[in-house]
Amino acid sequence: MTSPLQQKLKVTGPVVVTANRLGDGAVVYRTADGHWTNDLAAAAVVTTAPAATEILTAAVADRLKAVDAYVAPVRLTPEHGVLPGNLREQIRFNGPTVALPGASPA
Amino acid sequence: MYVYDDFDRTLVDERVREFRNQVGRRLSGELTEEEFKPLRLMNGVYLQLHAYMLRIAIPYGTLSAEQMRTLARVARRYDRNYGHFTTRQNIQFNWIKLEELPDALAELARSGLHAMQTSGNCVRNITTDQWAGVAPDEIEDPRLWAELLRQHLTLHPEFTFLPRKFKIALSAAAHDRAAVKVHDIGLRMHKNGAGETGFEVIVGGGLGRTPFIGKTIKPFLPKRDLLSYVEAILRTYNQWGRRDNIYKARIKILVHELGAEKFAREVEEEWQAIKDGALALDAAAVDDIASRFRHPDYEVLADNPPELAKIRNGAREEDKRFRRWLDNSVTNHKVAGYSIVTLSLKPVGEPPGDATAPQMDAIADLADRYSFGEIRVGHEQNLVLPHVAQRDLPVVWRALDAIGVATPNVSLISDIIACPGLDYCSLANARSIPVAEEITRRFKDLDLAHNLGRLHINISGCINACGHHHIGHIGILGVEKNGEEYYQVTIGGRADEAAELGTILGPAVPYGEIADVVEDIAAAYLELRERPDEIFLHTVQRVGVEPFKERVYAAR
Repeated sequence: MTSPLQQKLKVTGPVVVTANRLGDGAVVYRTADGHWTNDLAAAAVVTTAPAATEILTAAVADRLKAVDAYVAPVRLTPEHGVLPGNLREQIRFNGPTVALPGASPA
Repeated sequence: MYVYDDFDRTLVDERVREFRNQVGRRLSGELTEEEFKPLRLMNGVYLQLHAYMLRIAIPYGTLSAEQMRTLARVARRYDRNYGHFTTRQNIQFNWIKLEELPDALAELARSGLHAMQTSGNCVRNITTDQWAGVAPDEIEDPRLWAELLRQHLTLHPEFTFLPRKFKIALSAAAHDRAAVKVHDIGLRMHKNGAGETGFEVIVGGGLGRTPFIGKTIKPFLPKRDLLSYVEAILRTYNQWGRRDNIYKARIKILVHELGAEKFAREVEEEWQAIKDGALALDAAAVDDIASRFRHPDYEVLADNPPELAKIRNGAREEDKRFRRWLDNSVTNHKVAGYSIVTLSLKPVGEPPGDATAPQMDAIADLADRYSFGEIRVGHEQNLVLPHVAQRDLPVVWRALDAIGVATPNVSLISDIIACPGLDYCSLANARSIPVAEEITRRFKDLDLAHNLGRLHINISGCINACGHHHIGHIGILGVEKNGEEYYQVTIGGRADEAAELGTILGPAVPYGEIADVVEDIAAAYLELRERPDEIFLHTVQRVGVEPFKERVYAAR
């Protein structure tokens, strides 16, 4: 499989770097200070390919905390701040769009 | 039920220990993700959109009540209280943590369950008719042969790194309920002119990006030659199958490009060299496997006992509901006085194929009490209690109804086969589950659904076709166009002994219109059919796709 770093990165709007946490597969986002968070609002948002590449390079090098890092689009809104940029990312962020069968009560 | 011996148990236990070590090394950083990924895939572990997914094999779709309770326990302890039964008689847990996977696998292993060969480029779970061993139209129980193949092909060193994944299905009944013609190898048991039972060998079937109906390369293969001939096919594929292009790596492409006749000649040449060697099955070896299957100790009973007759003639609302379920979900058994009961995992507005831990526990209890401790999983994503005495049907129905698995919609329009789609799957382009849920809501009126009759809808969230959309009477394929979900519709597909691929109806429609399209197709069918017993598929065959196309696209 081609590494995300070997793929030509096209950035046409705001993006973040996202991955899945190694231990449980949960969706995480790369922060500006080089950590991972599950809070999209705390993710580093960039708008250029060089800036995205820099964050992605560091994210891919972090082999122990998260896997399959890639650049994902986001939307910046005045009311809600950073939001996922497409349906796939919305589902990764919010979970399935359908009710889970037999979900344990909170 | 097949009873595993010490060899089987040791093999599974050792595999769990090995994988526990591998997971530990990954979590400590000793293994990179690149090194670990092929190891986790060999143990059925995928990384999906939100979490790891664990796929567990249910060989030839047969589960014991104890195994079902184990699945419930795993769902409760390690997942989110439910599991998803798949189109290949597996079950998937969608929220497993890598850190807890070895413990979950150890729990499964104690009941003889495992995840070996549920992923990777190897021979996957061998599937068969969910009514195997109990269907009246069956020549013999195909599970014996499925078990022989399972044993031979489990961790087979020569076939661990095939060009691509490899799926085998068997059927031994006149009516194919195992979709053998769309598998890499399909084996259809039948009798030859001399009255001997053997296999028609079909190769190169498959769906996905490039769908094909399989080609028969051996009209009659004697039973003794099953392992050697399958070995010859796999060797031929291993040698000639493409490894340079993942999209052209399945055996269906090889058979298509070589031609079935040339492929058959290559297999024949390989087979002649090995057919009389160690893989030739002698009666003692077959008898040994057969002796480890435990069969129910049926009572001597008569069909149509008085307990049923009373309700059949009853006027209460409950009696009417029972009769509808009886007519829809209960099938004749080969033994007098018994029935095969299908449990619909397709309630209105719910994800197809999902079962909660409490449902699994309740089904296990019912299996123990009323079905000799046995449960089956069908590729249609429903469950089966295969040995229910007819006198027990009323009480079984009430119990199934109470846990939500007695919707009388088996093989009807709301009995939808669907992949997990974009709600879970990292490969998907579009959602499948909410589309299925909306269609079931549109057809929740059971009078309408029964009036429409036998009508199979299959939904896939991407071209990989895990929902088998090509062979749905109505097939729905999710695609992505400019960031939006669209759905392409096919009609006229079928998965049985006369398997055919559906024909594309026209341009894909947006997410918000797909349920309307299904309603339009259903309405057109009701107008076009000549008689109430002309099923949808036969109407499509008689009139073609054009009248449906006109109906669907007239208003769009």
